[in-house]
Amino acid sequence: MTTVGTLAPARPAPFDVAARRAEFPALDQQVYGKPLVYLDSAATAQKPRAVIDAISRFYERDNANVHRGVHALSERATKAYEGARATVARFINAEVREVVFVRGATEAVNLVAQTFGRQRVQAGDEIVVTTLEHHSNIVPWQLLAAAQGAKVVPAPIDDAGDLDLPGLERLLGPRVKLLAVTQVSNALGTVTPIEAVVALARARGIPVLVDGAQGVPHLGVDVRALGADFYVFSGHKLYGPTGIGVLWARREHLEAMPPWQGGGDMIRSVTFERTTWNDVPYKFEAGTPDIAGAVGLAAAIDYLGAIGLPAIAAHEAAVLREAEAALRAVPGVRLIGTPRARAGVISFLVGDIHPHDLATIVDRQGVAIRAGHHCAQPVMQRFGLAATARASFALYSTSGDVEALVRALHAAIKVFA
Amino acid sequence: MTELTDLYQEVILDHGKRPRNFGPLEGATASAEGLNPLCGDHLVLQVKVAGGKVEEARFTGTGCAISRASASVMTGLVKGKTAAEVDAMFSTFHALVTEGPGAHSDLAALGKLAVFGGVHEFPTRVKCASLAWHTLRSALHGGGATTTE
Repeated sequence: MTTVGTLAPARPAPFDVAARRAEFPALDQQVYGKPLVYLDSAATAQKPRAVIDAISRFYERDNANVHRGVHALSERATKAYEGARATVARFINAEVREVVFVRGATEAVNLVAQTFGRQRVQAGDEIVVTTLEHHSNIVPWQLLAAAQGAKVVPAPIDDAGDLDLPGLERLLGPRVKLLAVTQVSNALGTVTPIEAVVALARARGIPVLVDGAQGVPHLGVDVRALGADFYVFSGHKLYGPTGIGVLWARREHLEAMPPWQGGGDMIRSVTFERTTWNDVPYKFEAGTPDIAGAVGLAAAIDYLGAIGLPAIAAHEAAVLREAEAALRAVPGVRLIGTPRARAGVISFLVGDIHPHDLATIVDRQGVAIRAGHHCAQPVMQRFGLAATARASFALYSTSGDVEALVRALHAAIKVFA
Repeated sequence: MTELTDLYQEVILDHGKRPRNFGPLEGATASAEGLNPLCGDHLVLQVKVAGGKVEEARFTGTGCAISRASASVMTGLVKGKTAAEVDAMFSTFHALVTEGPGAHSDLAALGKLAVFGGVHEFPTRVKCASLAWHTLRSALHGGGATTTE
């Protein structure tokens, strides 16, 4: 009981997971006659009604092309699209002009590699990427390195799946022209000490790209405070639609970078003698953008803002702790990656059951998990594995989901007994 | 659960756990590597072909129960078969794992392959079951000119 007369610190409203769950229509269904237990949110999150409705409303009422029409609908569509950009900017604490809409984190990395990268990285230079990276934060750098005669150098991780910071620091020599690092590992759930990594690089004048695809849904980001040069994320992992994502870059970089794709909207004037570019960020948005996608992403950000990221993070941390303890109690379970800080993801093996067999069996119990290399083969190689099973969690995950997973794992163990 | 027990039949579980013909093949005349990029599973298949027939086939690598069982059963079945006969067996097998046993008028002709009759209920696992076959055919056809004696 509270003591009368003391000033209790202000507490956020309790997180009502049942109420939040009810806002996600896709969660309310059965698969194979069992209630769906969706533990694959790291692949893509389910969408709240607010996002689905915002997209429908846009197409039902405001649909028109942006930035050119003078009619009412075009004006509304432009307002919605640019409003979405402003919403993203507030969410990550950026200038509105620094927010470039792209298809997703993958496209954002490719954009940076092919513009900024081509300007900065020359023959003999090095690009450091960590062993934790998703293929989307490795392969674009390999393409750049191959084109420029440069080298991609992997930064090590330890047996827990944490970044080896001293090991990383040793690699940051004078030839390094760029560092690419994830905020959260999609394969292991490792939360990297991103501020420390950025500080190491910036002390040496090395630009840093941070992959926020897995990080932003759980931790959010303040790009000003972070001090990196680029931050990229996908809308669909943040409860928004697929097909929309964000590249944030420091304005001076965006100003100096050449355009990536040519087309409409990215130009100021076109003649056969001389074409001039539009201002940032439009210089990087050739063609009709995913307007409804941007509107949906803004709706997702508004939805998260109303709940509060800290409340979401606290709830997810509690479910993750429960899941980790429950998995450890299952006979034969081995966690792959035991990082100091974890967000969203737990990778594991059960005895010698292949993760694909495991995923198939638990799927028939209604439990959706991922099995495979998670597009992070260097991580798998680091642990001497071809694949892991991965359960990933979101704001709508519950203790009941964890219990269902454990029950399903026991069923799998029985099949392979 | 019946679909699961159709997929993970005793024979498949047994072959998955204790695969036959597993390990390197001495004196192989052809080999091929199979990779499932979806899951990273990896299989090396070696064959010894003599007189136009598969004398022996063995495999190594990592994979799920379905892919290991498929490689295990297959390497047993193809002994003494010509490349054309292996192709015919593959057609039968492929129809079985994509369409199910209902597609076969003559179930008896499936022989040992019949244990894979549950795979068609799991479209995402068809590739697991087929990997060994694709790899074997690649070994037989890719190296065909150099392996006949």
